[in-house]
Amino acid sequence: MLRVLTAPLLFVALLVQSIRLALGQIWANKMRSTLTTVGIVIGVASVTSVIAALTGLRAKVLKDFETLGTNKIFIVPHWPREGKFRHFNWRQIRFRPKQFEGLLERCPSIEDYTLMTDRGQTVYHGVHSIDGARVNGINPSWHRIENRSVVAGRPFTLMDEENGWQVCLITPDVRDELRLDRDCIGRRIVIDRRSFQIVGVVEGRVKGGMFGDMGSSKEVFIPFETAWRLWDPWIYAMASCRKPELSKEAQAELRFFLRQSRRLGPGDPDTFRLEVIEEYLKTFNKMAMAITAVAGGVVGISLLVGGVGIMNIMLVSVSERTREIGLRKAVGAKPSAILLQFLVESVVLCLFGGLLGTLAGQGMTSLIAKIPNASLDMAYIPLWAIGLSFGFAGSVGVFFGMFPAIKAARLDPIEALRHE
Amino acid sequence: MLICLKNVTRVYKVGVERIHALAGINLEVEPNEYVAVMGASGSGKSTLMNILGCLDRCSGGTYELNGRDTTRLSSGGLAHVRNTQIGFVFQSFELLPRLNALKNVELPLIYAGGTTWLARRTRAKEKLERVGLAGRIRHRPNQLSGGEKQRVAIARALSNNPSILLADEPTGNLDSHTSRDIMMLFDELHRQGQTIVMVTHEEDVARHAERILHMRDGKIISDEHTGDRRLTPEDMEVDDA
Ligand SMILES: Nc1ncnc2c1ncn2[C@@H]1O[C@H](COP(=O)(O)OP(=O)(O)O)[C@@H](O)[C@H]1O
Ligand SMILES: [Mg+2]
Repeated sequence: MLRVLTAPLLFVALLVQSIRLALGQIWANKMRSTLTTVGIVIGVASVTSVIAALTGLRAKVLKDFETLGTNKIFIVPHWPREGKFRHFNWRQIRFRPKQFEGLLERCPSIEDYTLMTDRGQTVYHGVHSIDGARVNGINPSWHRIENRSVVAGRPFTLMDEENGWQVCLITPDVRDELRLDRDCIGRRIVIDRRSFQIVGVVEGRVKGGMFGDMGSSKEVFIPFETAWRLWDPWIYAMASCRKPELSKEAQAELRFFLRQSRRLGPGDPDTFRLEVIEEYLKTFNKMAMAITAVAGGVVGISLLVGGVGIMNIMLVSVSERTREIGLRKAVGAKPSAILLQFLVESVVLCLFGGLLGTLAGQGMTSLIAKIPNASLDMAYIPLWAIGLSFGFAGSVGVFFGMFPAIKAARLDPIEALRHE
Repeated sequence: MLICLKNVTRVYKVGVERIHALAGINLEVEPNEYVAVMGASGSGKSTLMNILGCLDRCSGGTYELNGRDTTRLSSGGLAHVRNTQIGFVFQSFELLPRLNALKNVELPLIYAGGTTWLARRTRAKEKLERVGLAGRIRHRPNQLSGGEKQRVAIARALSNNPSILLADEPTGNLDSHTSRDIMMLFDELHRQGQTIVMVTHEEDVARHAERILHMRDGKIISDEHTGDRRLTPEDMEVDDA
């Protein structure tokens, strides 16, 4: 009974003693210890800085999504991978404006929607032109879904829409590149051999963010109806739900509505896809995981190399201190106590490497955060990454310190004392 | 009976050759005895001491310490015996160079466990005082003379109040003057009731003991009591007081 009580106490006492010994040993061989841990330092520094970079990127992306709006849902045509629709031609897959009639009444979670077209066109003003400007057809409701203000002129109205007038909104970049005046309202530009009157200037996309740069800033907007009549184009839709929390309901309603309006049978797969900003987040997370896995592999290798270094130095330490081990055994150290001493030394050495690595990682993170235009200014090392690093470093210590420690524990006291 | 060896042998294998370092030792040692082991170099004295000190195992025969058979103990069990019942003094001191005198003396107490930091410290100080080194507790081995080093080693051997103090040529590395001081320390420890078994090849050192064993070729060839200096019960009472 007494043994049951004293055994853990003895272990704790030995552990404390071993830690003190290990620290003393490392302090006595400062240079050697530091060099030995280089592998661990590099491993931990790279894993922490990669995680820091991804964390920063993620924070940035989330912030961008907030400005983009997380309550947007894109509705795009989609070929099913299996079933009878696989063989459908594009005429059956593409959307028609009629299929969206009555959407707002049938989908209570949707606040608004706009049909959209999107094509690259060359636009002209006199001798000036822009190749590959984005020409978008939009409903007037677009202005309520996108938070982009009209900085000059007026937004689109129902009149523009219903009459299919050849009017347009342009972004400041288009205005500047076509050498139009600041006051360009009422001027005409040519798109696809047709003349469009400028009725307003709408601000450009959010810039600087991860997704702000995705599309061109040279955009021209025309009424959807006009685009539809002129080009008979592929169309898609952008809807906004009343609240971001309603996103799931809104998607369910849309799906139900579209399946009906597109006359899909009960067993038919969807011929459209709903894309939510969160979907992009999932894609981002997948990408981040892939990067982490690759980084993890690199880190694994450097920790392995570091571990072999640790094992080597521990073997040196054991053979250097053979006499000491013999003496400790002679005065009553059990093999387990010797094992513990060397294991603790190896673990402490690795944790020391982990500490240096974390500091180096912090340094690298501060440098990364200063890279301009890399969207990494929010990079920081999360606490769990530090815990993970120390956990890994400690495990390397246990794993690679085990063999030298067992070697020490098994030494015969007399032989050890006779060692030179 | 403290020590009882029955037909103990120790065989070393060197290549194909077998060296019988101990060739059938029978020995009994009572508490409070003061035994000197003598013999030519290579006669097996150290081998015998290592077995008595549970540092080594015999190849044959039995060794009972305090009535317990040690031959079947695991290496952990032997470590426990070394820690609690045996104090070993080496010819070459074997102090840990990075620890000061106090820490060196504390070492066996650490492995014994069950003591607080303060208790260890107090005990170690007390033992250092007992060997006359109260003023050297913070000194490291390289700051001590040979005699002082051996005193620290003796204090370390005594730290767990062992039932037997073993010393293998404790004065072998010391000059004759220092040797005499160390021997006087052993005498005093014996007077206080400590059982001692000591190896020496010097006649005048052996003369301090009350019993002298002579060894040759791994055997005890003579076992003589040189005047009964064993403590009487009255002496012990005086000492306790
Ligand atoms: N580790 C060993 N391996 C082989 N032979 C040994 C070993 N240790 C001691 N011996 C041999 O055993 C015999 C006794 O040695 P030892 O006990 O050291 O003698 P002593 O201490 O009396 O000088 C010697 O012949 C010695 O060569
Ligand atoms: Mg010898």
